[in-house]
Amino acid sequence: MDKMLLGRYINGDSLIHRMDPRAKLFLSFYFIVIVFLCNNWQTYVLMAALVLLFIKLSDISLGFFIKGVRPLIWLILFTVLLQIFFSSGGNVYWQWGPFTVTDRGLLNAVFVFCRFVLIIFMSTLLTLTTTPIEISDGLESLLKPLTKIKVPVYEIALMLSIALRFVPTLMDETTKIMNAQRARGVNFGEGSLIKQIKSVIPLLIPLFVSSFNRAEDLATAMEARGYHGGEGRTKYRKQEWKQNDTIGVILFIVLTAALIFLRS
Amino acid sequence: MSGIIDIKDLCFRYSQENEELDLSHIDLHVNEGEWLAVIGHNGSGKSTLAKAIDGLIAPEAGEIYIDGEKLTDQSLWNIRKKIGMVFQNPDNQFVGADVEGDVAFGLENQGIEREEMHARVKEALEVVGMQDFAQHEPVRLSGGQKQRVAIAGVLALRPKIVIFDESTSMLDPEGRMQIISLIRQLNKKEGFTVLSITHDIDEASLADRVIVVDDGKIIDDSLPQDLFQKGNQLIEIGLDVPYPQRLKGELAQRGIDLPQEYMDEGSLVNWLCRSILKN
Repeated sequence: MDKMLLGRYINGDSLIHRMDPRAKLFLSFYFIVIVFLCNNWQTYVLMAALVLLFIKLSDISLGFFIKGVRPLIWLILFTVLLQIFFSSGGNVYWQWGPFTVTDRGLLNAVFVFCRFVLIIFMSTLLTLTTTPIEISDGLESLLKPLTKIKVPVYEIALMLSIALRFVPTLMDETTKIMNAQRARGVNFGEGSLIKQIKSVIPLLIPLFVSSFNRAEDLATAMEARGYHGGEGRTKYRKQEWKQNDTIGVILFIVLTAALIFLRS
Repeated sequence: MSGIIDIKDLCFRYSQENEELDLSHIDLHVNEGEWLAVIGHNGSGKSTLAKAIDGLIAPEAGEIYIDGEKLTDQSLWNIRKKIGMVFQNPDNQFVGADVEGDVAFGLENQGIEREEMHARVKEALEVVGMQDFAQHEPVRLSGGQKQRVAIAGVLALRPKIVIFDESTSMLDPEGRMQIISLIRQLNKKEGFTVLSITHDIDEASLADRVIVVDDGKIIDDSLPQDLFQKGNQLIEIGLDVPYPQRLKGELAQRGIDLPQEYMDEGSLVNWLCRSILKN
């Protein structure tokens, strides 16, 4: 399970790894927005070429990205099927009750599939080349303007990084509690659905109790080390905006222009 | 002479409903550079005392002076800069995402410049011997290593007093010995005043002075060697007598005449070998 959440980062020193996390975060979000500008095959080919170029630059094999699609495959298939059977317009190939298959529908289905895959590849690229702590630092500095409207950005970023740091600890704890409860005769993952849900209770309650104890200990430890809110804190880790990051942003501006030009 | 810690008539209770005080009329004086061990059974109030010294709990009555400065709401943050605390659970005091991030946490709180922070983190990690682990995440560290990181986090802040609140109780024997020898190094070589709250008699036997806390009161204040002479009394207040001391007691019962002074494992073994050779 921890593989799913944290083991995603793959150590490396590629051009993409070295980019400023703020640039990567911003461009990943921006990418999701401009994917919606695509509406014909030229634009999709252009986007796909760009994504493949980035993947190449990251020195990470394509297999990791395809694995990233797997957890979402049912959602993708469901959306694709909706497109196939419920689109209207164009030549009708097949009709039965409310279901119609048209050439427009088929084309849309292909586009929707491509859109999903492109977005997943791009966000996988972000999490594969950026450590969780860099992401949380990056978010903190991107959201900094929000402190003006009293959003506690420092605190949110600290919460996020502490949460990330405790994921493996709590995973260990869960395993321990599961083993302890198994030794007392609880069956996990067996029996009817209701039985399985019930067997989660002796797992969740001790986990909650211990998490609260941990939280209290941690709060005391933080206070003892002089934590009194985000104000006046300095940062140990530095984020450096380099030339590559500027090139990346320019590339995306050019890309946007090209998409607007190519789309029909 | 005024000490680095001066406590006068300190009283505290966790809840107003408690009839008995959790800390009752504590008077304590600790000299600069001293290593004071605080022992007592579970719930005796020894950790509460440590928390009161760092201002983590507010006393009901009494005064605490740290380095000549009275602990009040105003002086609280300034006083905390002088005191570093290392707690019991290695996992629950690791705030940063990796070792250097955690050591830097306290420095970030004090708003120290980045260059200075990097230098201090490096220096603190060298003192505890964790410089090769700077980039490691907590999952990849043992309990003893995490405690060493916690100690580094405290050292980076350059306090005068380091309080160890049962810091060795959750470690394996090897980790425990490492931390104990590190505490000794900090006290003897680096000159920190050390307060170690502990269950561990071996740890306490290394201190300059030991106080015994029971029911929120200080019931004994003596040198380690004198304290451990009082074998049965220690058992009465729920403490373990150190192993060599227990062995001495058993030998004495069998009519073997042993020297009166406190002996650690090594000196007892030496004495036994010598007396066997004599016979």
